[in-house]
Amino acid sequence: MPDALRQFADTYLMWQEGPMIWISDVLILLTSIGIVATLTYFKKWKWLWREWLTTVDHKKIGIMYLIAALLMMFRGGADGLLMRTQLAAPGMHFLDAEHYDQIFTTHGTIMILFMAMPFIFALFNIVVPLQIGARDVAFPYLNAISFWLFFFGALLLNISFVFGGSPDAGWTSYPPLSELGFDNGPGENFYLLALQISGIGSIATGINFLVTILRMRAPGMTLMKMPLFTWSVLSACIMIIFAFPALTVALALLMLDRIVGTHFFTILQGGNPMMFINLFWIWGHPEVYIVVVPAFGVFSEVVATFARKRIFGYTSMVAALLSISVISYFVWAHHFFTMGAGADVNTFFAVATMAVGIPTGVKVFNWLFTMYRGRIRMTLPMLWTIAFVPCFVIGGATGVMLAVAPADYQYHNSYFLIAHFHQVLIGGVVFGMLAGMYYWWPKMFGFKLDERLGRWAFWFFNIGFYVCFMPQYALGFMGMQRRMYTYPADMGWGTLNFVSTIGAYLMGIGFIFIVAQVLYSIKYGERDLTGDPWDGRTLEWSLPSPVPHYNFAVIPTVTSRDYWWTLKEEGRTDEIKPKPEDIQPIHMPKNSGRPFLMGVLFFVAGLGFVFNWHVLAVLGLLGVVVTMLRRSFEYDDEYYIQPEEIQHVESALGRL
Amino acid sequence: MAAHGHAEQHHGGPVAAHEHHGAGKYIVGYIASLVLTAIAFWLALGHHMAGGPLALTLLILGGLQIVVQLFFFMHVTEGDGPPFHSVGLLLGLIFTFAIALMSIWIMSFHYQVQ
Repeated sequence: MPDALRQFADTYLMWQEGPMIWISDVLILLTSIGIVATLTYFKKWKWLWREWLTTVDHKKIGIMYLIAALLMMFRGGADGLLMRTQLAAPGMHFLDAEHYDQIFTTHGTIMILFMAMPFIFALFNIVVPLQIGARDVAFPYLNAISFWLFFFGALLLNISFVFGGSPDAGWTSYPPLSELGFDNGPGENFYLLALQISGIGSIATGINFLVTILRMRAPGMTLMKMPLFTWSVLSACIMIIFAFPALTVALALLMLDRIVGTHFFTILQGGNPMMFINLFWIWGHPEVYIVVVPAFGVFSEVVATFARKRIFGYTSMVAALLSISVISYFVWAHHFFTMGAGADVNTFFAVATMAVGIPTGVKVFNWLFTMYRGRIRMTLPMLWTIAFVPCFVIGGATGVMLAVAPADYQYHNSYFLIAHFHQVLIGGVVFGMLAGMYYWWPKMFGFKLDERLGRWAFWFFNIGFYVCFMPQYALGFMGMQRRMYTYPADMGWGTLNFVSTIGAYLMGIGFIFIVAQVLYSIKYGERDLTGDPWDGRTLEWSLPSPVPHYNFAVIPTVTSRDYWWTLKEEGRTDEIKPKPEDIQPIHMPKNSGRPFLMGVLFFVAGLGFVFNWHVLAVLGLLGVVVTMLRRSFEYDDEYYIQPEEIQHVESALGRL
Repeated sequence: MAAHGHAEQHHGGPVAAHEHHGAGKYIVGYIASLVLTAIAFWLALGHHMAGGPLALTLLILGGLQIVVQLFFFMHVTEGDGPPFHSVGLLLGLIFTFAIALMSIWIMSFHYQVQ
């Protein structure tokens, strides 16, 4: 028995890997015990199940996405700091090569798929139905399934660190390195299954919000009266629906190669590894626009609100969003210019890539013209927006440098590239999501986040960002390649790498300030009693904060763009408040535990495939089928909120 | 499920709207997609055609699969409200052909050492 136990510990728990795993084990154990003990002590299990795990309310799902995104930002950030620590000086032995590979793989995968994606979905969920005057998304039950598939996908990837081993072939997972012959550990399977499971959820979210925006707008809100954030979500959804299937196919084929023994990407049997790279980037390039376009939407809302002006060039903003979503499909080969496809292919994709800069440039100028002669209030959302502009412009310019195919042979996979994509993804997505979080936080929770701590976070993070990534452009020119775990002293890279590491730690301190800010503000944050703390322009600010679970007691009829602003200007804000005689019973979906259960079953099936435990995999998938069948024969899944209850809630909020 | 809230007031609830579909259309669609898949497999596995024409034939078969999906399972012809789906289909068509044809174009370099 002890032998069997020892073998289990060595194979699955990786106890020979050293103190990092042991510390993680202990921390995970302590955190889990802490959570369970707290929930039991305060008798909150029932509350957790009823209010959160089974909810189909878009606002609560959005909040769960937000929490998950922040946790994942912590994990991904910790990975980043580990890497920067290893690279701080030449010839370091802080991490060995294998651990370094695992850490950069999880860092990239987590930051793109399990931090950026849930962060944008958080804002989709919290904001879109409120902005368009809807009571929920088009498919609330599917929305819950999407969340739980994301959640258990993320859990599957994260658990690999302490159970079986992390993936180590890079977040792009290129074959032949990611094939069985070179990488036979379970880590790569974890990557494939985790992405596959959360990817199903992402496609469903894309469909859900596309239908919500097209079919559930309040009467009178024509497409050209929609707020720009909603437009940006529409643009992102179009990209999600068309791009994610390519990832699904690429991952499925690689999984077949690894589990069944096919040869889609192994060159010896007539397969073609470059086809994986081709498929991966057919998804991968639109993906970066999927995460950045909602950030553009946030900036449009924030700039208009805090400059107290309507957005400059609304129509051109919409045109830019839509053309970005179309052109983003014609640029993917720029990720492998050096493959050798020839001058004609490279020329086409180089020109297409540069063309994306045009609509993006239009947007930047529109934001600047909106700010021009506006009365700008330097609140936290506005600070992050203003920091975004120069950061993204530099990132865009270096992007155009990379788009020049012949020059790319020099920059390809160097630290120049690393600096470029961190600049657009942090400067664009992270700044945008943080701006959005600060902006809509009072709408979610009913209080503002503390301004003073937020400014500390802002300055640490921003200065840290430039200190961290500007040296990396230079390192790229000096020949430093990405994914090197160490470098010799005589390359002369030591100083710049050290500076870069300092910057990374400054960003880490910035993140700690954000955490402190959230904790502090829960107790001391300025309460929002008006529902309109920023003097906003769009419909969500006409509601109380936090919003009652049916959103609108009476659906408003919209007559202009920035309708709430129009009402305020004309002194007609009382018109949007519900009148007792207008209140009808509201049709709502019932909560359900099945989406959560489905996530668990997908997780079980995923774990089965990861370790080739076929019985477990089949059982998990059977469970999924059973839950789907049960759902198909469920008829009693809706209920009505009666007018008396609505009147009660509304008068308690002082709106009747 | 699809349309609670205000949208639902216009018709008699989501269940009533879909009651007139029998199973026939789905069975025909299912068989059609099976047949199309079988043909594609037979052509690819049996080396019945040269590479170029084979790729073209497979593309056409794939396109037909899309048509089957749209007409037999997704009922594209039966929408109410603005014709968003025709815009969506056009966009889908562009993306599908861009991805399929351009992938062939990109991957047609000599990657294997002859």
